[in-house]
Amino acid sequence: MKKEIFEPYNVSDNNFEQCVKCTICTVYCPVLEVNPDYPGPKQSGPDGERMRLKDPEFYDEALKLCLNCKRCEVACPSGVKIGDIIQSARIKYSKSKPKLRDMILANTDIVGTMASTFAPIVNTAVALKPVRKVMDSVLKIDHHRMFPKYTGLRFETWYRRYAEKKQQEFDKHVSYFHGCYVNYNFPQQGKDLIKVMNAAGYGVHLLEKEKCCGVALISNGLIKQATKQAKHNVEAFKKSIVDKKMPVISTSSTCIFTIRDEYPHLLGVKNEEIRNDSELATRFLFRLIDEGKLNLVFKKNYKKRIAYHTPCHMEKLGWSIYSTSLLKMIPGVELVQLESQCCGIAGTYGFKKENYQTSQEVGKPLFNQIENSKVDFVATDCETCKWQIEMSTSSKVHHPISILAEAIDVEATMKLWQK
Amino acid sequence: MNKNRSKEYDVIIIGGGATGAGTARDCAMRGLSVLLVERHDFATGATGRNHGLLHSGARYAVTDHESAAECIEENMILRKIANHCIEENNGLFLTLPEDDIAFQSQFVDACSSAGISTEIIDPKLALRMEPSANPDIIGAVKVPDGSVDPFRLTMSNALDAKLHGAEILTQHEVIDILKDQDRVNGVELFDHAKKEKVKYYGKIVCNAAGIWGHNIAKFAGVNINMFPAKGSLLIFGHRVNKMVLNRCRKPANADILVPGDTICLIGTTSERIPIEEIDNMYVSKDDVDVLIREGVKLSPSLATTRILRAYAGVRPLVAADNDPSGRSISRGIVLMDHKERDGLEGFITITGGKLMTYRLMAEEATDLICKKLDVDKKCETANIPLPGSDKSDETLNNVSQKVYSVNGITQKSAKDRHGSLAHKIAKGDENEDSMVCECEGVSIGEVKYAINELHVNNLIDLRRRTRVGMGTCQGELCACRAAGLLCESMEEAGKAKDDLANFLQERWKGMSPIAWGETINEIQFTSWIYEGIYGLKPDNN
Repeated sequence: MKKEIFEPYNVSDNNFEQCVKCTICTVYCPVLEVNPDYPGPKQSGPDGERMRLKDPEFYDEALKLCLNCKRCEVACPSGVKIGDIIQSARIKYSKSKPKLRDMILANTDIVGTMASTFAPIVNTAVALKPVRKVMDSVLKIDHHRMFPKYTGLRFETWYRRYAEKKQQEFDKHVSYFHGCYVNYNFPQQGKDLIKVMNAAGYGVHLLEKEKCCGVALISNGLIKQATKQAKHNVEAFKKSIVDKKMPVISTSSTCIFTIRDEYPHLLGVKNEEIRNDSELATRFLFRLIDEGKLNLVFKKNYKKRIAYHTPCHMEKLGWSIYSTSLLKMIPGVELVQLESQCCGIAGTYGFKKENYQTSQEVGKPLFNQIENSKVDFVATDCETCKWQIEMSTSSKVHHPISILAEAIDVEATMKLWQK
Repeated sequence: MNKNRSKEYDVIIIGGGATGAGTARDCAMRGLSVLLVERHDFATGATGRNHGLLHSGARYAVTDHESAAECIEENMILRKIANHCIEENNGLFLTLPEDDIAFQSQFVDACSSAGISTEIIDPKLALRMEPSANPDIIGAVKVPDGSVDPFRLTMSNALDAKLHGAEILTQHEVIDILKDQDRVNGVELFDHAKKEKVKYYGKIVCNAAGIWGHNIAKFAGVNINMFPAKGSLLIFGHRVNKMVLNRCRKPANADILVPGDTICLIGTTSERIPIEEIDNMYVSKDDVDVLIREGVKLSPSLATTRILRAYAGVRPLVAADNDPSGRSISRGIVLMDHKERDGLEGFITITGGKLMTYRLMAEEATDLICKKLDVDKKCETANIPLPGSDKSDETLNNVSQKVYSVNGITQKSAKDRHGSLAHKIAKGDENEDSMVCECEGVSIGEVKYAINELHVNNLIDLRRRTRVGMGTCQGELCACRAAGLLCESMEEAGKAKDDLANFLQERWKGMSPIAWGETINEIQFTSWIYEGIYGLKPDNN
């Protein structure tokens, strides 16, 4: 009898019903502040979900104005997965089909492969004003946006040619999920990671064919394809984590966030077996240092004043502390922690003509902070934040791993464990 | 509000439930001069305290053929005349493993003899049609059930009565029936707003006060043998089911789950109570237990759905005159001409029946009133749509497109609530479109429309007209906003504060029997806001 009394009694399984309407999420929504057409996270999320259960006609296409920054979820004291509710509603109810533009922006893999093959031509072409004007009017990709330059030598190709062999010399190993940006646009970041990890005594390996994490596919409504890629990636992760006992690290906060949280929540792709051992490189390194398993030696002459910007998905993961703690370990670094605010780009969102203004308005407070901070450059873990900040401020942006790679004394560090 | 007190009305109707409002409409449409009086507000009695089920009649088919036949006929009429008050959801009668499947064929036969169309559905298909149904079902029958919003239905009847010249007094409680020898010639009322007594005269007084008609009749010196039966219901936080779910067995406790507007309801229990308790409608712990236990059998997901509130209503059951013990109780319509019955001229009582048959009750009562007044006019209430259900001009979409600019949720909600009258809601500038009630999508414009045109005296009335405060937060965010608007247009600040306290107290009353989980979090948060921030005290009233 006693047991019965303490059994939970009609407690809701429906996450949206846990909302107590405190409206804190609405205060933290970066979009609502600048674009009154967006109904806001409470209205679009838990309130709207209830209406949509009454009648799907209550679905409002204005939900596509959501950046998916998940700052509402971070703010929610009741644990409501507001961002997920909104994304799921878009997946379930939206009647507007993805446009050609959306497919181009979302298929970072395919477009990246083609573009990097013809990198010099593509880079020149998309930088030309007339071309950007045409993309603006025909594709509705805003002409203010510059596409990140494509590389002629993809990271994967470079790795196989120049780095793969050397990785076998190490005792400890990790796999690296490099993501599309490192592969097609900025292989240097991948090279920096290998430099740092090698210095730390880890061999770095690629997954058995990684695919784009699919974040852009999800936000552009290409769910079938996203699910296919998610399943593929989870299998590839399993081969590394479960079969070879090699954790997977990444330098992209959004990729790793998508794989850890969006796969199960939005795509219904299970990832329990791999979730714990899939993480960001900075978190991986910090934890090694924290546990006394690793020491890094830094160059004496490295002196920089750096501002750290917390990307939205880092905020959601709660992981920016790992990146900033690592940066603070560098003796010559003076770190300015910027107030955590969305930069406004949200992946492909800000590239769309209709969102350009919202995107820049959202980012404005952050841009002002950066301009006023008088730093040498900005550090952040997200590539799209980097594009946005570099486009909208006078500052350059570097990844924490690239900063480490420059500040670290490789030989001295290696000596510590080679003994 | 200055009624002509020396005027003699053709008929004074007591009771602002569906029956009273329907009778007022019918009488007014037949050209009579009508006064409708109600002690609180429209639909505050049994009318507003039931399932809101648009019965197909199937529930009564086996046990009460007459009621079943009446139901299906009125069901089809309401689809025509009150389409903005109803939802044509259809219903399923489910046979569970513990029920006798043999009952199904008896049920189907009884339905067809009452004129109710049925369709036996394969359990697997039934689960596809209604995924929330218990997956263990062994049988399912589809019937033309639906849902009806009793507040909207009653208000539309009152509105139409008014359009046809009827006068309406809410917050006027009958304190005596005026008589001249053996003839009733008026009523004495207490005006709760002005706190004064007033008298009105009429050729005929029609007692349509439901269970409270027992006391009204006493004022007139006649005795009606009423047996109040209390029924309790639970409101769940959102729609779990799309179709009405019933148990395919003889009517019993908690065997109907009705989706209505944004929520769904399970009910009812049935318990005889003493007539002295009819104004004390509490829901006991045992009631809640039974409702959850039985409800989960219809739809297992109810066990993990938030409960918004609990409430109870009283069925006005009438014992036959030759059976004072109340053993043979009728659920059918009871129309009494007290001249025939008690030798009292000018007084009739219409009671019994159900929400579904309100129009038929009104028609029968009006026929009798007309006969007494020697008026020869046919009843037209079955053919002429209620205000809001009139589709003749433009399609509803056109109407609402013209009204609103931005917010899709308030636009569609207003259209669902007010039908073609939604165009009366003020022009969509940014301010009018702002939301008062975020859970139910009620705009400032809609609240103003209700205050100006729908007989609103206080916040609780406003809730019945617009669903302000009926959503998940139960008034947490909207109550103060609505109070502000009400205060702007009609109340003094002091009264508005009392009104707000009353409103919140009434919300809490419904939440207290089920106050656990998210509901207790919500109410706690509400009390922080109203007591902590606004300094409202529970004893403000």
